[in-house]
Amino acid sequence: MSFNPKLTQKLAWGFIWAAGIITVLVLLFIIGYVLTKGMPAISREFLFTEPQGGLSGEGGISSCIVSTLWLIATTMVILTPLGIGAAIYLAEYAPDNRFTHLIRYSVELLAGVPSIVFGLFGFAVFVLALHFSYSILAGALTLVCLLLPFLMRSTEEAMKAVPQSQREAALALGATKWQTITHVSLPSALPGIITGVILCIGGVVAESACLYVTMGGSSGMPTSFLSGGRTLAVHVFYLAMETNALDKALATGTVLIILILIINFITRRLSLRFQAKLRGET
Amino acid sequence: MSRYFIDRISRHIVSIFGIIAFLILVLIFIFILKESLPALQGIGIGDILFGSKWYPSHEAFGILTMLAGSVVATLLALVISVPLALGCAVFLAEVAPPRVRQITRPAVELLVGIPSVVYGLVGMIILCPLIARLSGTGSGSSVLAAAVVLAIMALPTISSISEDSLHAVPAQYREGALALGATRWQTIHHVLLPSARRGITAAIVLGTGRAIGETMAMVMVIGNSPIFPTNIFAPARTLTGNIAVEIASATGMHESVLFVTGLVLFILVMLINSIGLIAYRRQAS
Repeated sequence: MSFNPKLTQKLAWGFIWAAGIITVLVLLFIIGYVLTKGMPAISREFLFTEPQGGLSGEGGISSCIVSTLWLIATTMVILTPLGIGAAIYLAEYAPDNRFTHLIRYSVELLAGVPSIVFGLFGFAVFVLALHFSYSILAGALTLVCLLLPFLMRSTEEAMKAVPQSQREAALALGATKWQTITHVSLPSALPGIITGVILCIGGVVAESACLYVTMGGSSGMPTSFLSGGRTLAVHVFYLAMETNALDKALATGTVLIILILIINFITRRLSLRFQAKLRGET
Repeated sequence: MSRYFIDRISRHIVSIFGIIAFLILVLIFIFILKESLPALQGIGIGDILFGSKWYPSHEAFGILTMLAGSVVATLLALVISVPLALGCAVFLAEVAPPRVRQITRPAVELLVGIPSVVYGLVGMIILCPLIARLSGTGSGSSVLAAAVVLAIMALPTISSISEDSLHAVPAQYREGALALGATRWQTIHHVLLPSARRGITAAIVLGTGRAIGETMAMVMVIGNSPIFPTNIFAPARTLTGNIAVEIASATGMHESVLFVTGLVLFILVMLINSIGLIAYRRQAS
């Protein structure tokens, strides 16, 4: 090709600037649009009344907030010990053999499976076979399956980042393996592990497909984790598809974006702490 | 209790957790396979995959239209998204002034976490009416709307991972090329992009897998009619949307076919990952 290098440089630069600016503008526009249209509809009344249903989508989002909180609590109570425990096993105990490779491979594989396929599984197993019916519990157990590969990977990575020399020092001082894990590996890896846990909470907040088919979407106030429910994200879907209340959908979307912003802020601070800790600055 | 006793007990407990986690993952696969069996045996995989008629009430269970809907929407999304995302990655990694990068990088990362229903909602409110006006017919719920929404959702993922891999290229490569008199674009085109292509491949594979698995945002903007996506201004239906819309009311053979749909999605994602892996290996050698 005998293009003039200077001309190509100019053309390419034009494209790159355009791509960068278009991408950032499109994304900022979406967030800005939802926030500016949704913010005015958020009031104390909107946050503290239940959705009334109907085509006009009267009412607020109080039961959706409560459902989301119930779901976060139920999911994390099961997911956190299971995911971290399994990751400790993989990072510290698992021998380097075929079975361990198989576990790692299945974790990798499931990390890419679409959410709705987990929903299908959760619907058949938790809703129907185990008779939890449409409930927060069924949704939470489905989310545990969905988020388990992610939490295992992030926890294992955080533990692998702890230098081997620190473990050897503890073992050389006569600590047992478990003492080494609880007093050396886990404390060093903690900010990284917590970052993973908080990202999972973000996942619970943002998820909709697998909850749409396992929680039933009733808009009433849940009384326990056996009630059906509707999270904020699923509520946005119902409002958009079944009512004319697009302003309320945008307001609910605004609440979601604010939650994600808070979660993002916390994880950013934590991962900075983690990097500083690994460099030995604290 | 002696610390040696605790050590032994703890070892067993975490081993059990590891095995439970593995069993759950295996169980999901086995269960979906098991639930698919009645349809696979009763109707046959050929009739399901290549049947173009979907009338569950009349025992017509062909998912070809939805398979085409998923694939066309995803491919169209990639055509829009990949050039923009790579341009944006190069912009952020090589071209943008540091101050601009400090603002845009966290913004792009934040967007990965925004719930998909929010993208779907904005697509419904802004994009669909726009497409309806452009095409002059229908409500605007269409393959094109789905593709644009998917493209926007994939942008932050593809862009931020590609940017990371561009950053990982050793500075000597860049300096060497520039010292030989290459322009900055020549350096990017002939040195940086080829060195970072493994990461870029991984980014595109991840973005594609996400796009094909996206459900609720698709249900919101694609119109959900099980017809062939021959016209991008007309509605269609995706495999994911088919499961979400119908599973609650499905029984018997209908339900089993929906599990086959899930299995097909599972295999599609695995296929995309293996294509990515092959590309990755070929580039390595």
